[in-house]
Amino acid sequence: MKDATAGALLQVEGVTLQYKTREHHVTATYRVSFDVHPSDRFVLLGPSGCGKSTLLKAVGGYIAPTEGTIRLKGVEVKKPGADRVMVFQEFDQLLPWKTVKQNVMFALEASKRLRGKEAEDRAMAYIDKVSLTRFADSYPHTLSGGMKQRVAIARGMAMEPDILLMDEPFAALDALTRRKMQDELMQLWEDTRFTVLFVTHSIPEAVRIGNRILLLSPHPGQVKAELNCDGTDAEDAATGKRLTDRIHEMLFVDAEGEPEAVHHG
Amino acid sequence: MASAPVDRAEYVRDQVPEHDFGVVHKPLTTWERIYGYGWLRKGFLLLVLAAIWQAYASYLDNALVLPTFIETLKAFVSRIADGELLRKSWVSIKVLLMGYGIGLVLALVLTILAMASRLGNDLLETLTAMLNPLPAIALLPLALIWLGLGNASIVFVLVHAVMWPIALNTHSGFLGVSPTMRMVGRNYGLTGVPYVAKILIPAAFPHILAGLKIGWAFAWRTLIAAELVFGTTSGSGGLGWFIYENKNVLDIPAVFAGLFCVIIIGLLVENLIFRTIEMRTIRKWGMQS
Repeated sequence: MKDATAGALLQVEGVTLQYKTREHHVTATYRVSFDVHPSDRFVLLGPSGCGKSTLLKAVGGYIAPTEGTIRLKGVEVKKPGADRVMVFQEFDQLLPWKTVKQNVMFALEASKRLRGKEAEDRAMAYIDKVSLTRFADSYPHTLSGGMKQRVAIARGMAMEPDILLMDEPFAALDALTRRKMQDELMQLWEDTRFTVLFVTHSIPEAVRIGNRILLLSPHPGQVKAELNCDGTDAEDAATGKRLTDRIHEMLFVDAEGEPEAVHHG
Repeated sequence: MASAPVDRAEYVRDQVPEHDFGVVHKPLTTWERIYGYGWLRKGFLLLVLAAIWQAYASYLDNALVLPTFIETLKAFVSRIADGELLRKSWVSIKVLLMGYGIGLVLALVLTILAMASRLGNDLLETLTAMLNPLPAIALLPLALIWLGLGNASIVFVLVHAVMWPIALNTHSGFLGVSPTMRMVGRNYGLTGVPYVAKILIPAAFPHILAGLKIGWAFAWRTLIAAELVFGTTSGSGGLGWFIYENKNVLDIPAVFAGLFCVIIIGLLVENLIFRTIEMRTIRKWGMQS
């Protein structure tokens, strides 16, 4: 293993993902490589069709790469597992026949992490973290969209996985709630410093959440750039442009050429 | 937008806390409250139907063709009182539950096989396409040759009646489980039977319950028909046999009382058992409104 990747928790190396439709093979991503380090808030950002969700599912173990490897702590990812917990965009990721508490406990017990009283205590601790203690015995259909996503996040965090995989978790929420959830997620990260791989198509969200942003170009997804971010949308020293503008140019204005070729927006 | 009018002043208001204005509440009228009870509405409809029956039968005045509602009720009460109807019902229900139980288990096995592999899926699709349209009662002559004159034949026919609708509904329920929910189950390491038991079955429960209801109705119909065609086993027949017997001695009110009993058992099962299951599961979970 190379020295540069020694600190990496998750290594994605030259991953090409393809899926079959009835007529032909579709290439979702082409030779994508990146490393996620412990406590990273690593964002995969790109327009629709850049294969970012497919990439996340491959890390989750649901899709096998046709080329390249995905390694978590040096071990190749072969199938879904509780060391990588997914948080989805869809509200039906919560099991409607279980209460909030039972949903979190289900994850702990099904994966055989904890059982009984221990599982309950852990579940309540994380439900408290997302301030839903009052709703622990409610069924998901009685909760608002934002609350459902908070339950899903609590369930994911209660597993204390090596990496949390979030697939546009706030995309189905209204703008006010989304903003609040982003702040809450950052607060949770301040508390526990978990590692998260976050997929989004929103540049402001990527800038707010990420400390490292991977830009993907569409059809098929290829790495365009990997940028640092301190959450403040700071101006770049070399070009004097704000981060959001730089990203916007790279993704949309300059779809064909080199990013360096752009002089002004 | 420079020309937008700005002649109104801005304002900011303090909100009244909820406990200061109490509960806003508009009481329902007595009529609205009465109309709100489902059982009252249905009871009223039943009364109307009974009244129409009574009026038409009195007008016809021929107990051999159509006894009045009161006559039927009398026959029903007296046959219940001497225990005959209850005994016959019990015989029918026992056979029914046996067939229903076996059919349910077989349907579940078949559907799980169908979820496990493509071949299993093809097997289920082919079998249901072939056998679901086949009326269960048409198998009775064969069953009699294979299994003889006994409960086994009726149970065989019942299994056939129950199995296909339940299997079809359960299968379509399983197929309808959202990809997200499937991924959640696999994320936490569920595979095989625990995956089916903890994710697929509860997620598909609205469909499964619909299948159970249809299966129940099919089974009940088939049973009564089977008993009519070939009634008694070891001296104690069921409800179908009761109807057949009383037709032979031209005790038509008793025939109606038998039919009455079939209907009442159907209503009880639907409204007590299935309704309770529904309230405690899919309604509570918000999977059906």
